[in-house]
Amino acid sequence: MSELVINATGLTRKFSQVTAVSSLDLQVEKQTIYGFLGPNGCGKTTAIRLLTGLLKPTSGLVNVLGYHLPNEAEKLRREIGYMTQKFSLYDDLTVTENMKFIARIYGLTANEQKQRLAQLTSLYQLNKISSQLAGSLSGGQKQRLALACAVMHKPKLLFLDEPTSAVDPENRREFWEQLFDLCDQGVTILVSTHYMDEAERCHKLAILEQGVKRADGAPDQLMNDMAAHVIEISGDNLRQLKQKLIEQPEVISASQLGAHLRVLVSKQQHDPIALLQGKNIIKKNSEIQLVRPSLEDVFVTCTGENPLKQLDSEFAQ
Amino acid sequence: MNSLLRIKAIMLKELIQLKRDRMTFGMVIMIPLIQLLLFAFAINTNIRHIPVGVVDYSQTGLSRVLQQTVAATGVVSFTEHYSSDKNAQEALDRGDVRAILIIPKDVSKRLVRHSSVGLGIPSATDEETSRPIAQWLVDASDTTIAASIKSLRNMPLAQLLDKPANRSVPTFAVTLLYNPEQRSVVNIVPGLVAIILTMTMIMFTSAAIVREQERGNMEMLITTPVTSIELMIGKIIPYIFIGAIQVMIILGLGHFLFNVPINGGLGQLAVATFLFICASLVLGLVISTLATNQLQSMQMTVFILLPSILLSGFMFPYEGMPRLAQQIAEALPATHFIRLIRGVVLRDVQVVDMSFDMLWLMIFILVGLAIAAFRFKKTLD
Repeated sequence: MSELVINATGLTRKFSQVTAVSSLDLQVEKQTIYGFLGPNGCGKTTAIRLLTGLLKPTSGLVNVLGYHLPNEAEKLRREIGYMTQKFSLYDDLTVTENMKFIARIYGLTANEQKQRLAQLTSLYQLNKISSQLAGSLSGGQKQRLALACAVMHKPKLLFLDEPTSAVDPENRREFWEQLFDLCDQGVTILVSTHYMDEAERCHKLAILEQGVKRADGAPDQLMNDMAAHVIEISGDNLRQLKQKLIEQPEVISASQLGAHLRVLVSKQQHDPIALLQGKNIIKKNSEIQLVRPSLEDVFVTCTGENPLKQLDSEFAQ
Repeated sequence: MNSLLRIKAIMLKELIQLKRDRMTFGMVIMIPLIQLLLFAFAINTNIRHIPVGVVDYSQTGLSRVLQQTVAATGVVSFTEHYSSDKNAQEALDRGDVRAILIIPKDVSKRLVRHSSVGLGIPSATDEETSRPIAQWLVDASDTTIAASIKSLRNMPLAQLLDKPANRSVPTFAVTLLYNPEQRSVVNIVPGLVAIILTMTMIMFTSAAIVREQERGNMEMLITTPVTSIELMIGKIIPYIFIGAIQVMIILGLGHFLFNVPINGGLGQLAVATFLFICASLVLGLVISTLATNQLQSMQMTVFILLPSILLSGFMFPYEGMPRLAQQIAEALPATHFIRLIRGVVLRDVQVVDMSFDMLWLMIFILVGLAIAAFRFKKTLD
């Protein structure tokens, strides 16, 4: 097993009555991209803040890059990069001015500043907008600037809090390519997201819900180990069928995907298709087949009741 | 070394932001300029030409000469004539005039028996001879106006009777130093430096850290190696220069436009002003760590500003205030600075000779900086 960059055990943080993060155990290996997947308010941001030393844990042990938190938070700060969920650079400074500011803050010499700025400007395609005020940039441009600033001092560990929430799909793909480039250079990245397709790109990920880690592992492994069968049914009157299906005790969830109904059935059932057909609620002409689980199925299976509703409302935002 | 670089980074950033914020940049110049012109022209404790009325029951040449003599002092001008006490009183109630002179029917009889006429000193028990010649009814709610009219109580009357004014020998000789012409502006302009600096310096810095929080920049800043004290110093330094510019505007214009003398050395002035600017900026920083949004920081600025105007000795003499008010005044940096700057500018005092006020400002800066740095935590707890 390779070197651990983050090692947390029993990490807990309470805000008066609310427990935002509850006994989180987390092991992140060097040079990997680790994902936090979960809906808003599930404790992703709090967990990241705990791991960067911005918040003190109520209980639990955290070791990041060999530093014990919260006591050595100040030393840790020089070696990590943090891209906040909300754009947190200065709107009234230009792209170059923002980058220069960050470079100076991290104590780069004049020569280093020049080199690093030139390097990052071309790498993150900031040439054309270098003299534009940061406040006037588009979501994708802001995100590239924020990433450039977060990696200014060549951190060993990069925290990205929902980095792509204000970015279109094309820019998102581009962004992930850049993350893999960074990872290839030896950077460990911890990224939080609520997009399934993004989570699937991570080497490993943890599914969080209400401050509790429900599952963790590589995406493929999570899908293989899933405690449910996935069945796709196509036919007529899918809405009514869905209602009837979710009343069955063996059915974990059912949701419509276009002309299909995706049904999750507990793995304790050995022949789920026969079971569903035996219920006599599916019409004879319907197509019914077992399919490969997706990450969304994993998410639905291991989070509590009706998580889809939560996610739906979240995506609507 | 790195620490200095980080302070410089914050400072340069702050300067760029200030440069972009045209409105704030304009106010830096316009606040002292406009305030100086307004205050210096408007504030005057030496009151002239108070509008007053007269009820003349005598209607003689003498009574008219008496009115002219009173008007000639310049303290009052007779704007209204009333036929009776009642009408006059109503006018006073309405606020048409500030005072009324009532001249009785027997004014000439009273005048000849009056002591100032020089027919010998009447015996104190003799009511006939000791009566005043006329009466003032004064709206005394404004004490400054009342005091001006009270000063007429013993005005000489000899010239009424074509007699040479008898030169009475004063009990004391009074020599007016530092402001012999008794111009209010001489006292106001140095005080105005303290008030304007209190206002702008506290306001700028009190919003400084709150603004970073409101705009979300703080979350980024606290993940960097910047320490709280570096952040505070970096944010303060640009405003020290701004404060210096404002002082130059106020004292320069005061000197050339209103002829306010600058008797003390410029070095002395710089030392005292530097200390006060730092004290105000530090106070602003403390507010900044208490407030959670810019509106709160603005309210707290006003909370400091009002006592600084009213209690510091800028408007009313410190000596006239009750003990409690004096103690509050002692806590305000503006009080100490007003003493210092009036001392330097008007009386050419060396700041080392006013070591109490200097020392007090220094301690204020250090304690304030410590409180601000302590209160500003680099965590989100």
